[in-house]
Order: sequence, then structure tokens, then C-alpha cells
Amino acid sequence: MPKVHDRGSWPNDDPIDHSEHEMEEWERKVDALSSVLGEKGLKNTDQLRRAIESLDLKTYESLSYYEKWTAAMETLLVEQGVMTTAEIDAKMSELERGQK
Amino acid sequence: MAENGHNHGDNAEYYALRAEAIQALLVEKGVCSINDILSMADKLDSRSPKDGAKVLAHAWVDPAYKERLLADAESALLELGYDLPETAPRLTVLENTSEVHHMAVCTLCSCYPRAIIGRPPAWYKGLAYRSKVVVDPRGVLKEFGTELDESVQVRVIDSSADYRYLVLPTRPAGTEGMSEEELAKLITQESMIGVALALSPESVSTS
Repeated sequence: MPKVHDRGSWPNDDPIDHSEHEMEEWERKVDALSSVLGEKGLKNTDQLRRAIESLDLKTYESLSYYEKWTAAMETLLVEQGVMTTAEIDAKMSELERGQK
Repeated sequence: MAENGHNHGDNAEYYALRAEAIQALLVEKGVCSINDILSMADKLDSRSPKDGAKVLAHAWVDPAYKERLLADAESALLELGYDLPETAPRLTVLENTSEVHHMAVCTLCSCYPRAIIGRPPAWYKGLAYRSKVVVDPRGVLKEFGTELDESVQVRVIDSSADYRYLVLPTRPAGTEGMSEEELAKLITQESMIGVALALSPESVSTS
């Protein structure tokens, strides 16, 4: 069985969904962040792909495109010691409290 | 079904917030500013299929330019003012003819000639296209309403982090007297990926 991302010839009878997805603002920012991190030398396409490809099958298939990118960028930033998972969790709670 | 991975379920809210947290930390740590992210987003917004169509229409009317474009896409793009970033992956233009039809895919993810035609359409990133196109390209073409003569050889090209492909569609019949600007309107995003042909002049003349 090929790895989760390796989709060429993976059995699939689903019709191609031609509907376009209007990008949400957070997705647009994630899309841009990937390029910004690229410019800062904190990410390249191979690294981002490797991080996406290490997701387990269920996660890979259930996350949307930019959700996968977010998860992958987190992996790379944590690996490189730029931030820790605990810091992200804490910042998330802080933002969540601010929203309420 | 999250065919194109666009399930607007519980995940989206979580990841939107997680992404915001990551960005806030990057700003706090001085890695980048919010303005860096927003100006990059604007820059990425500025590329669209219209840019690719303009270049390819020029190749239709100028055979010498076409040769240069097929031989060295980056230099030929620069001639028209498109300066691809140094970090952009190598770009190759593949010419469709009456004998050969090219289709581009990224079976592993979503690699795409973003530097010249912007972000990929949702279906290009979806699992169905990525899985099926390498097994049954003609079946996939039919899903896009594209039928090719049996004699045409279909080549499916897999993109990668380092190599991206832009398809130069066949110039439709009956376009001899058209201006470059009119021709560019016949070159759609789908035709530059190779899942469709360029539009016929009749199909746009009514608009």
C-alpha cells in the first residue's frame, strides 16, 4: 500500500468535484504564511510536504487543504525550535478567551 | 464528503484559531510581521490564469517566441515582464498538438505553476483527480467534457516540488484573424492544465 499522500492510481470512484472553494481569510493568510516562512528559510516545499505526508490516514483524509498546511507548518516550526506546542496551546486559549 | 478537502466542519474553527496563534507567536518572536503575511497574500492574489493566457496567446501568434518559451520558459516569461521569484520551481511549457495532448497533475499533493497562473483550482488538489488521472486520463477528460480523437496520444505529467508544468493548448481553428487579446480569452485555466481544450471562437463571440 502506498503512503497516505501518494494518490496516483489509488482506487477512487468518486466523480471529480468541479465546485470552486472561495478562500476564507484565514486560509489566505495560511497560504501566504507558507511563502513568508519560505523566504525566512524556515520552510521549503519538500519539508512542508514531508510534514503533511506524516499525517495518519484518517487525519489526512479528514482535514481540508489549509488545515493540513497549518498542521504541517506547526510541525516544522516546533521541530526547528521556533516555538513549542505548549506555547501554541496557550496562545490559542488566550485568543479564545479574547473572542468571548 | 470532503472530496476537495473542504469540510466546513468542526476542524475549520480549530485550525483557523491555531493558525492565528502560530502567527501571533511568530510576530511576538520577531520572525515576521502581520504585514509581511498580508503583503505576501496580496502578492499571491495578483497572479491569475489571465497572466498565463496572455503569455500563451503571444506564443500562438509569434512562432519564434513559442520556440523560446518551450526551450526556456523562465527567460521567455521575463521577456514579457514576468520575473519569477528565484525560489520558484523550474517551469516547463508543454505544447499540445494534433498528435500529443498533455495533462498536468500533482499526484502527491498540489504542486502547480503558481508563479505564473496563481493558486490551483480545488479539484486539482482533490483526491479524485489525483488518483484517477494517471489511470484513466481519457475518462477524466470526459468528466471535463473533453473528447480527443483516438489517434491523439495522451501524456500525463506529474508535477513536483521542483518542476511545474504549464500546458500550451492547441490553437483552435477559425482564430486566424483574432488579436492577441481576443485569443487570450480562449485560453482557460482548465486548458492550461490540459483537462480541456482552448475555447472555440464561437463560444466567446456571443458574450
